[in-house]
Formats: sequence, structure tokens, C-alpha cells
Amino acid sequence: MEDQMSSKPYIREVPRYSWFLRQPRYMRYMLREVTCIFIGAYAVFLLVALRRLSEGREAWESFVQMLTGPASLVFHLIVLAFALYHTTSWFNVTPKAMPIQAGEDFVPGAVIVGAHYAVWLAVSVVLLFLAGVF
Amino acid sequence: MSRRQIELEVLRYNPETDTEPHFQRYSVSCEDEWVVLDALNHIKETIDPTLSYRWSCHMAVCGSCGMMVNGEPKLSCKAFLRNYEGVIRVEPLAHFPIQRDLVTVIDDFVTKLRQVKPYLIPKQEKTLAAGEYLQTPAELKKYKQYTLCINCMLCYAACPEYGLVPKFIGPAAISLAHRYNQDSRDGGREARQQEIAKNEGVWECSFVGACSEVCPEHVDPAGALQQVKIQSTVDWYQEHLMPWKTK
Repeated sequence: MEDQMSSKPYIREVPRYSWFLRQPRYMRYMLREVTCIFIGAYAVFLLVALRRLSEGREAWESFVQMLTGPASLVFHLIVLAFALYHTTSWFNVTPKAMPIQAGEDFVPGAVIVGAHYAVWLAVSVVLLFLAGVF
Repeated sequence: MSRRQIELEVLRYNPETDTEPHFQRYSVSCEDEWVVLDALNHIKETIDPTLSYRWSCHMAVCGSCGMMVNGEPKLSCKAFLRNYEGVIRVEPLAHFPIQRDLVTVIDDFVTKLRQVKPYLIPKQEKTLAAGEYLQTPAELKKYKQYTLCINCMLCYAACPEYGLVPKFIGPAAISLAHRYNQDSRDGGREARQQEIAKNEGVWECSFVGACSEVCPEHVDPAGALQQVKIQSTVDWYQEHLMPWKTK
């Protein structure tokens, strides 16, 4: 009987390379994952900056000069956009991964997400202070 | 009562005669409060008695009538026809083999569910005379949400990882393992970790989050899986950095 029941089940193959085009939520997920490439690219950029710095005053000054060009501006704007999406998309899911139970009830998700934004803001202010912006 | 004519496109597959599934269109005169399941029942009773699908309670409790409605995993008893425009496409739950028409082969899920031991394994066995295993309201609330799972498998149909890597234990089974791991009366975590902390366990999950978006009972499997990841990571560090802490 069992053999007869499962005689010829039909298997629908999932397209290996285009599955994420099927659903907007899969596209959003892929967008979140793709942001890491830009975060990685900026890490490489910072390493290059360190290298220029280690090569002496002249190398560093020409690097700083390059930073003021339009290509650098475009690169920074693109990376900033992806970095913001990366950060906010991960911050917004933190209550799922780290729920906090205080007494009987769970701390509202908005509080956990809000705390992340508050710390982000505080760290940014400290960094800008150290960089001499204020 | 107002009636409306709707078009339904249903995926049909007869394993005895078909080599692959095909869509069949039905025109149904439906009432305003009908759900997709009502339309299917109407088709079976008055138009085409050969149409096969699973259902039982018609009230989002039994978890039998899950299917793809316009490409989205839904309980067909909860999918109101009035919320759809144009032709409504009804297909069997994605990522599961099709047995016949809208009926899928669910053996894989049932095997995985059994594998994660989704039942209470008491820390200390008590005799009946010793009384109940007591729990505070806070201890209950810690896992309550995960008890709401009705095994409808919509999360498996939504999960692209499960579609691509079928050996993935998947959202519902891991959430249920987490439910018992979070239970203050339970002592079975180590046995469950053997299953859910391995590669095809929680580490196959890349947090797409689709499972939680489609869950009709708001179990939030994606949340459960991320928590299992964190706890398994803590286990690993304890084992390697603080071996005296592990038994």
C-alpha cells in the first residue's frame, strides 16, 4: 500500500541561481547580504590608507589629495548607503536574536533596537570628537 | 448575500497518468466570506470530484490545509478570496514533492520533527505520587510562543534554504526543539543539540526571515533559530576555552 501511495511523487526543482528573484522578501535578503561586499571593500580601502601613511608624508598627502576627487566622493556615497542599510537591517532584527525577559514579560523589541541606535550614536559622537570635528 | 464569480487556477498532478503537473482553471461563484478552502470544497462537490487536497478543521488549528496561494504559503482556510484580485493561483506547498494535486509528501518533515525529540524529557523523573512538575508564569512565558506551532509547514515552503538544501532540519522542527530546551522542567537539551547544533541543523539557516513572515501562528521561527545559534556558539566557547565548565 505504501509503495502504491508514493508511486511517483513529482519533485519541483528550485532554480539554483535565480531563486531569489521569485519573491520581494528574498530580494531584500539578498540586498542585505550583498552589503557585506561594500563593507569589505571599505575595510580594504582603510588598509590601503594605512599603507600610504606608513610610506611617508608624500605618499600620504597624495592619498589625501585623491580623496577630494569626484571618484572618491561617489565611492564613499555608495559605501555609505550600503553601510547604512547593513547596519539598520541588522539592528532591526536584534530583538529576535536577543530577547530579554525582565520578570515575567519580555522587553519590547523597540527598546532593544532603540538601545542599539543610541549606542551607535554615542560611539559616532566619540569618534567624531577624537577626529577633531567638535 | 453577495456572490461573485472568481477564477481559480489549480495545479493538478495525477501520478498514474501525468509526467508533470499542469494548471486547471475553474470558475466558481463564491460568497464574500469564503476562503480559498471553501472554493476548493465547492469545486470538489459540484464541479470536479477528482481534485485532491488536505484539510480538516477549517479554523487554522489543524495545520493541514497549507498551500501556495499566488506564490505565497498560506493556510487555505485563512486566505479570504476577497483579498485577491484576478485569477487566483493555487499550488501545493513549495519545496515538498507532490503526491497528487495539492497533496504533498511530508515524510521528510515528520522524520526531522521526530529527530529533534519534541517532547519533555524531565530533568528528574518523578513518581506520580510526587506530584506535578511546577513552573512559574515567567518560566512558562519563556517558551509559550513556540508551543503555538501547528506543524503546518508553511515555514518550510517559505524557506529558500530548505528548498536549496533539503537536508536542512528546518524552521519548525528547530523551533520546537528550542521550545523544549527553554522549558525549566526539561533536561533533554544535550540530546537535542546533537541534532540541531550540527551543520544541517541551525547552521544551514542564513536568517532570510521568511519563515516568521508567513507563520500563521506568529511563532517566529527565525527568532528561535537565531537564539539557538547564539546558545550553540556559547556552548562551543565554553567547551574549548573553559573545559572545566563542561561535564
